[in-house]
Amino acid sequence: MSLIVPFRDPDAGTPPSRVEDYRSTLLRSPHHRPLAVPQTLSEVTGPADCWDRLMGPALSDLTTQHAGPPIGQRIIVSGRVIDDSGRPVPNTVMEIWQTNAAGRYVHIRDQWDAPLDPNFTGAGRVITDAEGRYRFITVRPGAYPWGNHQNAWRPAHIHLSLLGPAFATRLVTQLYFPDDPLIEIDPIANAVPMPYRQRLVCRFDIATTEPHWALGYLFDIVLKGQDQTPFEDDDHDH
Amino acid sequence: MTIERPDRAHRNPAPRQDNLDPALFGQTPSQTVGPFFHYGLPWKGGADLVGNSDMGARTDLFPPEHYKLNLNPQHALPLGEVIEIAGRVLDGEGAPVPDAMIEIWQANAAGRYASLVDDRTDLPLDPNFIGFGRSATDAGGVWRFKTIRPGPVPGPGNSPQASHIAISVLGRGLLKRLATRLYFADGQGNDLDPILNLVPAERRHTLIATRQDDGVWWLDIVLQGPGETVFFDL
Repeated sequence: MSLIVPFRDPDAGTPPSRVEDYRSTLLRSPHHRPLAVPQTLSEVTGPADCWDRLMGPALSDLTTQHAGPPIGQRIIVSGRVIDDSGRPVPNTVMEIWQTNAAGRYVHIRDQWDAPLDPNFTGAGRVITDAEGRYRFITVRPGAYPWGNHQNAWRPAHIHLSLLGPAFATRLVTQLYFPDDPLIEIDPIANAVPMPYRQRLVCRFDIATTEPHWALGYLFDIVLKGQDQTPFEDDDHDH
Repeated sequence: MTIERPDRAHRNPAPRQDNLDPALFGQTPSQTVGPFFHYGLPWKGGADLVGNSDMGARTDLFPPEHYKLNLNPQHALPLGEVIEIAGRVLDGEGAPVPDAMIEIWQANAAGRYASLVDDRTDLPLDPNFIGFGRSATDAGGVWRFKTIRPGPVPGPGNSPQASHIAISVLGRGLLKRLATRLYFADGQGNDLDPILNLVPAERRHTLIATRQDDGVWWLDIVLQGPGETVFFDL
């Protein structure tokens, strides 16, 4: 019989569902508190070792998907996916999407006056290695205006989507860049209480930077962990 | 006399309060998928766990040369009863949510999850069934999957759980994933299901799909207000 080892609860950095300043939450946030139920086999399991079969091969270089190179600052984003005990999360999928360097998405609902780049889509996907490491190449995304309030601008960001090892560990987040003044006045970033908001800001790193080629940034993703791994305690599973 | 030179090729700026600050270590906070995820997440066929159709993607929302996601690889028919599940996502005013995304996770027809953690080797895995799917909502806020009716799986203390599908709801305005479940109105053991029994009786119906005349199992997901779906603390 499978041993059920629950994943930890969300920690203090978790945003609330409703944030007054982020208007789209007002009609979409549940009024009821989420119901506490025990985690079962359904919550502690998740797809594994099937990424190519499920989603297709990895797309780790977003700058080589079209006929020519995209306009913009080429960057390397690298880091580890680990759990909140510091254990690596190997062989897990991370999906990526973002604007082009001018701050425009290749989406028909994004119609603001910034150029599209025929050489940039902004969609990628990587799989972590045995130590939980990942690395992808892209261009630095731009800031863009949105309709949340008068003269509202989103800070430049990269969307990251992770399934992790189980249904319980699903995470979608956004990576922001150091020294972006828009972070401090952005309702979505500020849905995360300080100082935890700063977990979403990547770090420039000279060792990741490649001479004459691309700036490097580090960003670790920390998923919910378990108090023990299911495989450590098999002898006590009666 | 030698002059000490800084190693300029390897010099980093001073550390600051950021992702790698050890004092801030903890779970990465959740953020919304926003409204522009359609070229990044829901692939063609992501909502068809049975056949090889393009269900699940919204290729009407971006030019075809920007479709870089999976082209649904051909696979043979999985074992079990083929079903279609569908429903709307509705906001607090009852309006459909056209920029949401639903994910499902479920056991195969035998009740086994295609996961390393499910080590019940007495039950068969199905080489043609992973059990994970993804569907963007359409302009009317409708999500839809073709899948296999899952077998029952064990619950807490190995009490059986009725056949169910785990559901994640993501979308613009959702700062974190909402987790819920879909049960079947004619499901054996619904009345004894350990999770359903923790749901207040008057809200249980928000988790139970009903079969329409066309055979589709229908379940609306109400984000807020009257008839609000029960979401779980995960």
